[in-house]
Amino acid sequence: MENDRRIGVYICHCGTNIAGTVDIEELTEYARHLPGVVVVRDYKFVCSEPGQNLIKEDIRELGLNRVVVAACSPRMHEPTFRRAVAQAGLNPYLLQIANIREQCSWVHEDGNTDKAKALVNAAAQKAYYLEPRDTREVPVNPSVLVIGGGIAGIQAALKIADATHKVYLVEREPSIGGRMIQLDKTFPTLDCSSCILTPKMASVASHPFVELMTYSEVVDVSGYVGNFRVKIRRNPRYVDESICTGCGICIQKCPWKTDSEFDMGLGKRKAIYTPFPQAVPNIPVIDTETCVYFKKGTCRACELFCEPKAIDFQQTERFEEIEVGAIIVATGYDVFDPSPIYQYGYKRLDNVVTSLEFERMCSATGPTGGEVVLKSGEAPTSVAIIHCVGSRDQNYFEYCSRVCCMYALKFAHLVKEKTEADVYQIYMDMRAYGKGFEEFYRRVSDEGVNFVRGKVAEITDQALTDEERGKLIVACEDTLLGRLVRIPVDMVVLCPAMKARADAAEMARLMNISRGADGFFLERHPKLEPISTNTDGVFVVGCAQGPKDIPDTVAQASAGAAEALALIDAGKVEVEAITAAVNEELCSGCKVCIGLCPYNAITFSEEKKVVEISDVLCKGCGVCVAACPAGAIIGRHFTDTQIFAEIEGILADARPPVAAI
Amino acid sequence: MRSPNGEPRIVGFLCNWCAYQGADLAGTSRMHYPANVRVVRVMCTGRIDPTFVLKAFAEGADGVLVAGCHAGDCHYKEGNYKTMRRVALLRKMLDQMGIEPERFRLEWVSAGEGAKWAKVVKEMTAELQALGPLAWWENVREA
Repeated sequence: MENDRRIGVYICHCGTNIAGTVDIEELTEYARHLPGVVVVRDYKFVCSEPGQNLIKEDIRELGLNRVVVAACSPRMHEPTFRRAVAQAGLNPYLLQIANIREQCSWVHEDGNTDKAKALVNAAAQKAYYLEPRDTREVPVNPSVLVIGGGIAGIQAALKIADATHKVYLVEREPSIGGRMIQLDKTFPTLDCSSCILTPKMASVASHPFVELMTYSEVVDVSGYVGNFRVKIRRNPRYVDESICTGCGICIQKCPWKTDSEFDMGLGKRKAIYTPFPQAVPNIPVIDTETCVYFKKGTCRACELFCEPKAIDFQQTERFEEIEVGAIIVATGYDVFDPSPIYQYGYKRLDNVVTSLEFERMCSATGPTGGEVVLKSGEAPTSVAIIHCVGSRDQNYFEYCSRVCCMYALKFAHLVKEKTEADVYQIYMDMRAYGKGFEEFYRRVSDEGVNFVRGKVAEITDQALTDEERGKLIVACEDTLLGRLVRIPVDMVVLCPAMKARADAAEMARLMNISRGADGFFLERHPKLEPISTNTDGVFVVGCAQGPKDIPDTVAQASAGAAEALALIDAGKVEVEAITAAVNEELCSGCKVCIGLCPYNAITFSEEKKVVEISDVLCKGCGVCVAACPAGAIIGRHFTDTQIFAEIEGILADARPPVAAI
Repeated sequence: MRSPNGEPRIVGFLCNWCAYQGADLAGTSRMHYPANVRVVRVMCTGRIDPTFVLKAFAEGADGVLVAGCHAGDCHYKEGNYKTMRRVALLRKMLDQMGIEPERFRLEWVSAGEGAKWAKVVKEMTAELQALGPLAWWENVREA
C-alpha cells in the first residue's frame, strides 16, 4: 500500500531570499532521488498563484497523493498551501512544509544547501507517512468580549455593537476612559482629549448591544475559538449600581482623603469617589484602604446622606461566567516610573515631573485648574522637556515609544500658551513621522522654542554660578554644537517610556498568547496579521501590542472589530484536526494519561476497560501520546512513525555511530 | 565520516508555539548562527517521547536540543512541566549509556527570544565541536 506513494516536492526561491544562499539546482536534483518522490519543481514564488497552480496541476495530472513544499516557515504559509492542495482535491493534511527560509537561508553563513537537503529529506520522509484528516467545523458564539475600556476597547466595542452583536466590555478601573481621558490636548490638532472621548464613552455605556462591566477583571478563560468561557470577577463597589443616582452627595460628605491616582497624586480624592467628574458609569466606589468604616467601623457619613440608600457595606465580590466567540485584548500600557534613573532626580528634586503629571496639570479639570505652576504655586520662567526617558536606552527599553516627540512639542506649545516661560526641548532625534506631524513641529519651532539635540546626563540643583542658584540645571552635551551645556530652568518635564502592563505576563497566560522581547503582546505576523495572536479567536489592539498614538490605536481597534466580526459572522469556524486517538487493542487501561491531560479530554470506559479521548476537548498537545507506556495513543499528524521518519530524514547525511563499533 | 564537513549535527525538537516561533524570529531578524542545528517541529515539548531523543542519537546526532515555552507560558497549560520531569529521568539514562551531559540540552525560548535561540545554538555547537563526535561506547561505565 505504501508503495503507491506519489510525492511532489516544490522548492521555492522566494526571490533571492532562499535562492541567494541555497543552491536550488543541487537541492532539486537531490530531492528527485528521495523515496516516493515522482516530481520536483522549483519556482520563484511558490506561494503566488502560478506557483500554487503548479502544485494543483500536478496533483490532478500526475496523481500526487502527498505534497512537500520547501519554502518559508509553516507558520507563514501552511494555511495557503493547505488551501491550494484542498482545491485540487487532495486532503489538506497530506502536505508537509520544509522551513528552508526562516530556519535556513536567512540564518546561516555556510552549510545552507546541505541543511536544506536534510530539511527537504525530513519533510519528504514525514510526508510519506502522513494520513488524511477530516477538518472539523464548530459553531461560533456570536458575542465578543473586549478587555480594557480605554480608547482601543471603546472603539472596538462600539464597532461590534453597531453591527448588532453583543459585546461585553470589561474594565478594571471604576470608570472607562483609560489613559486618553487623563490627557489634556491631543497632538497635532490640539483638540481636547475629553471633548472627543466622552461622547464615545457615553455611547458605549448606553449602547443596547454593550454590557459594560467596570471595576471588574477577567480571572479565567477556557474553551477555544468560537466558544470561549470567561469568568469575570466583579469587585465590590460598596454602592448598589441599580439604586445609585450618581448625585455625588456621598463624595461631598466623605471626610477622608487620599492621593488621586487619576491626577497622578497631584490632587486628592475622597475615600468614596469617582476617578474624575465625567466618569462612566457615574457611580462611585469605596476605597476600603482609606475608608474609616472599613478600618475602624465608624463614620458611615456616606450612608447617612445617601437618599436612595445605595451604600451597601456588605457587598462582596461576585463572579460571572459569560460565553463569547472572540476576545479582543485592549489592556493598554503602563508609564515607566523614571525614579530608577537617579541622575534625573524624579521624586528626589522638586519640580521634576512626568508627562502624565504635566498632562493633569494642563487639564482644566486637573489639580491646578489648568495652570502650569511650580510646587511653590508660582508660574515657571523656564521649562525643559526631556525626550527618551527610558526609551531608546539599552539600560531600560530599547524601543522608541513613538508618541513622546509629538506630545513634547504639544507641551512646549501649551507652556507658551499658558505662561511666559522659555521652553527647551532636549531630544535625541525628532521623529515627526505622522500625518500633520512635521507641520506641527515647524509650527512649534516658529513659536520660539529652543531645541537642544543631546541626551541629558544629569538634572541637578547644585549650582555652579549665581545664575544657576535656586534652579534645576539640565546638563547635557549639545551634539550639534559639540559642547557641554548647562541649562538652568524652573521645571523639568520627563517623557518616560511606554511599557507593557505590569501584569502583562499574567494576562498572556490567561489568554494563552505570547509576548515579545519588549514585553508587549505578540501579534501572529508583524505585517500581515498584526491583530491576530497565537490563539485563534483572540485579538490584540492598541498599546497592549506596542506603543502607538491615538489615531493608530483607533485604526487598530477598528481592525480588531473587523477581525472579530469576520469570525463570528461566519457562524462556524474550522478547528485544527490534530488530536489524539486511542488504539483500543493496545490500551491496557492503566489510566496514566487521564491525570496528564490538561483539558480533561480523556475518560475511562468501565464497560470496555480502556480510555476514550474526546475529539472536541482534545487540543492535540500530545502529552498523553508520549506518556502512554503501551504506545496505544496516536498523536495524529505527529505520530511516532512520522516523527521517526522525520528524524531519519534530517540525519540522512550523518552515519549512525553504532556502525563505528 | 560523521558528516561531510566533520561538523557536529544537532537535532532540535521545538514546540510550535514558543521555541519554533523564536527560531523563526531569529530568521526574520537575520541573526546568524551555525547551520548545525536541524529542527523537528512538535506541537508541545510534552509530545517529546524520550525515544525521539534516543532515536536521534542512534541516527547519528551528536547533540539533541529540546526547546519549549518558559515555565508558566505553555500553550497547553503545563506540557513543559511534564517535559521537565521526563528530562530529569532521561538525563540519568543518557549518562548510563555513556552519552555526555553536554550532548543533551533543554532550553526555554519564547516566541520573542530569537536572539536567545541563536545564542543557544552557537553555544551548543561550540561545546560539541570541543567534545568531538559521539562515541558513547568509549564512555560506557562498567556495571
